[in-house]
Amino acid sequence: MDKLLEVKNLRVSYNTYAGEVQSVRGVDFYLNKGETLAIVGESGCGKTVTSKAIMRLIKKPGEIKEGSEILFKGKDIIKMNSKELQNLKGGDISMIFQDPMTSLNPTMKVGNQIAEGLMNHKGMNKHEALNETLKMLKLVNLSNPEKRINQYPFEFSGGMRQRVMIAIALACNPTILIADEPTTALDVTIQAQIMNLIKNLQKESSAAVILVTHDLGVVANVADRVQVMYGGKILEKGNTEDIFYNSKHPYTFALLQSVPRIDLDHKGLLYSIKGTPPDLIKPPIGCPFASRCTYRMDICCQTMPEVTIISETQSVSCWLQHPLAPKVDLNIALGR
Amino acid sequence: MAKENLIEVKNLKKYFDVGKKNILKAVDDVSFNIIKGETFGLVGESGCGKTTCGRTILGLYSATAGEVIFDGQDINKMNNKQKRALTRRAQIIFQDPYASLNPRMTVGDIIGEGIDNHNLYRGQEKTNRIYKLLELVGLNREHASRFPHEFSGGQRQRIGIARALSIEPEFIFCDEPVSALDVSIQAQIVNLLIKLQEELGLTYLFISHDLSLVKHISDRVGVMYLGKMMELSCSNELYKFPLHPYTQALLSAIPIPDPIMEKRRQHIMLEGEIQSPINLNSGCRFASRCNKALEKCSQIEPMFKEVEKDHYVACHLFL
Amino acid sequence: MTELSKKNFEILGCEDFNSDEIVRPNITYGQDAWRRLKKNKIATFSLVLLIVIFILAIVGPWLRPQFGINEINQKITNIKPNAVHWFGTDNLGRDLWVRTWQGARISIIIGLAGAAFELIVGVIYGGISGYFGGMVDNVMTRIVEILNSIPYLILVLLIVLIFNNKGIFPLILAMGITGWVGMARLVRGQIFSIKEQEYVLAAKALGSKPLKIIFVHLLPNIVGVMIVDITFAVPSYIFSEAFLSYIGLGVQSPNTSLGVLCSSATPNLIFYPFQLFWPSLVICLIMLTFNLFGDGLSDALDPKQRQ
Repeated sequence: MDKLLEVKNLRVSYNTYAGEVQSVRGVDFYLNKGETLAIVGESGCGKTVTSKAIMRLIKKPGEIKEGSEILFKGKDIIKMNSKELQNLKGGDISMIFQDPMTSLNPTMKVGNQIAEGLMNHKGMNKHEALNETLKMLKLVNLSNPEKRINQYPFEFSGGMRQRVMIAIALACNPTILIADEPTTALDVTIQAQIMNLIKNLQKESSAAVILVTHDLGVVANVADRVQVMYGGKILEKGNTEDIFYNSKHPYTFALLQSVPRIDLDHKGLLYSIKGTPPDLIKPPIGCPFASRCTYRMDICCQTMPEVTIISETQSVSCWLQHPLAPKVDLNIALGR
Repeated sequence: MAKENLIEVKNLKKYFDVGKKNILKAVDDVSFNIIKGETFGLVGESGCGKTTCGRTILGLYSATAGEVIFDGQDINKMNNKQKRALTRRAQIIFQDPYASLNPRMTVGDIIGEGIDNHNLYRGQEKTNRIYKLLELVGLNREHASRFPHEFSGGQRQRIGIARALSIEPEFIFCDEPVSALDVSIQAQIVNLLIKLQEELGLTYLFISHDLSLVKHISDRVGVMYLGKMMELSCSNELYKFPLHPYTQALLSAIPIPDPIMEKRRQHIMLEGEIQSPINLNSGCRFASRCNKALEKCSQIEPMFKEVEKDHYVACHLFL
Repeated sequence: MTELSKKNFEILGCEDFNSDEIVRPNITYGQDAWRRLKKNKIATFSLVLLIVIFILAIVGPWLRPQFGINEINQKITNIKPNAVHWFGTDNLGRDLWVRTWQGARISIIIGLAGAAFELIVGVIYGGISGYFGGMVDNVMTRIVEILNSIPYLILVLLIVLIFNNKGIFPLILAMGITGWVGMARLVRGQIFSIKEQEYVLAAKALGSKPLKIIFVHLLPNIVGVMIVDITFAVPSYIFSEAFLSYIGLGVQSPNTSLGVLCSSATPNLIFYPFQLFWPSLVICLIMLTFNLFGDGLSDALDPKQRQ
């Protein structure tokens, strides 16, 4: 397997006045060439911080802690110097951010923002860069690219700005595209267009995509593999089918149940999880989900569960997998 | 049981003057009823006017034209005293849990404001009432002396709900109450709203862009687009038999958390962007993006008519 | 790893967990601002220095009780600072230490009074204008613009002449009348930016009356900006007073202020520079410390920098 990206024991903390907020507490995963990996979780679980760490966008008071490794094609990103990073960011790895309203420079013409990346990373001159920019704008299905190239961001709607962001990100043919909640701020019909666009562009360029999101529907649509994060840790990993049809972790299962489905007729109360995610200034000692888990056991609050390999593709961190634990069928127990 | 209308909206229009002789027609001739005790859902994407519609119904904006009849009285013809009496019967829950609570007031004061305004309780009775409200929404008494910034989004939304309930209203306008919250918290809040409706006999106008959620909680649903009502029907029917091309596109765009199903589905892709609501063209608002548009669609606006029992559509394909 | 038994694996569930507990300590806006201010060394130092100056302005003259403010003594004119006369004496033999701190007292009182006037009038005017908007705001803003276009010095001259120079009250009035405009504009602008906030809308939906909304919802949320404006307004008034007194329009004898002291010391600058030095130093220190403190306060109260 061609492991394009390997993250080992990633730990990121923010030093605030109230103490150290441990946003990411030991995360391991990998990314293969050409696949789409979805990192799913709710706010505060650490998924955005993880994606920012890969791009080395963590600034003070945040810091990536000792012992963390992020290997891109074998080289540790954390140890790269600024010149190597310059080449990496925008060239090999690109990022699309959540809020299209604030991620574009309002005082720069859209065409120049795309061309800038091309000139920096591919050494094109202005003329070549602008030609390539036109091609990119056509690629992302922006109408009237010749006109758009000279316009400013405020003249664009949210969906159009996101397309521009995608154009900027893909302009230099990156090997990895990180999309951090790319469609959360968009309307649902525009969301469908954008996700479709990303899927098609990925097929053409065979880039690998890391999709950070909380929307399980979007994940079902585009992802090959999924990992579920909570309280700074990864609780379950697997193929899309593993996670959606055969999840082994109570949190994953509960999350899937609590989303209202348009294709089902079920009315009345939704399945919901009590309480709120933990405050990571005082992270819980054992499993971070214990205090909200219907299957909490004594050991859950004392030690973090070990990783159990379920199959070649699926693994989970849960004490229910331990041989001494009672056998639980999540489907029956939750009355579905 | 006779179905009484709590609210009747007749040909409601709300226009905003945005300068330079441009008119923003946020709500443009919309008519529907809300039955006592039901949850009426209003869906649509940005710029469709659903929030403006709800706020106009509540009296927060004054209508440009048309009528809003609340329990037999036209709210635009009410004097100040009657309007204040209306605030006891109709309340609102906001979308943004971070902007809807005054950061300088304690939770207890926030919930107590309505009680003070209408002189409902005093002293110890008032404090007890505030504690009861906090417990009703799943929080603790200790939280009354804290400030909003110490709470999470879901908890703040509960405080907002407690505030709305403090004056014992009959009708609550829920303006995207869970859009800014995490998925597992959304379910908590939605369940709370459903529970409260049963216990207190409330009527809801529930607005969201999340059609799955609206379908789940609502009895009837209306679909809006650029200030006009495109389709209205009961929620199950709307999903099973959507008539308007926009509703069909909207439903097909919603991703379902089921990978095999997703891959099998046919997604209707809409071309182009949503028109600007300022200075609209004549004809059907949706014509420019519609994959089934006829020639007359961009010239004549379709009427909103009942084409099947309790199922209304505004589309030339059915006229 | 300790021995694990079946007991560790009994399902307990989570019903008894209070997962809505708040872990972090209860901290109000004021406390957070104070904590941030303390971290700013320059601002804290300025605050301390300012307090020292204030204390000296109050008790300074009493430290040398033997010398009155207006005790003219021809025998000890123009003496350089020594152990008896800490700041020296002026050309009429009056002790300068006592005169300087008395002058500082007057200057500071004028500064604070002017700022208070500006605060009250500005807040009410700006509050009404900002909250109601529309026609009310249009008319009120035009009035302000007209007032603003009258040259400051002419207005002050007019008022001082009308009151025939009697005491410090007309001076405060004159400065206040021209100064409140800034505060009114500030308050109006701030209110415009927060009055569409959802919590204000919620208050309206709950039936709160406009006065309640202004005082309970709007003003407390802009108080930070107002405080900062005041900390810059006070030294500005002190300086204005000094300037006016210097050119003879301000405080008159036998009252003295820092401006008057500077004015009367200027002719003797070449021979007795210390006479000008002390009052100027005090003016500079007051201005500097207020400004530095005001800067620090502005950062500390800025809600966007909350952590």
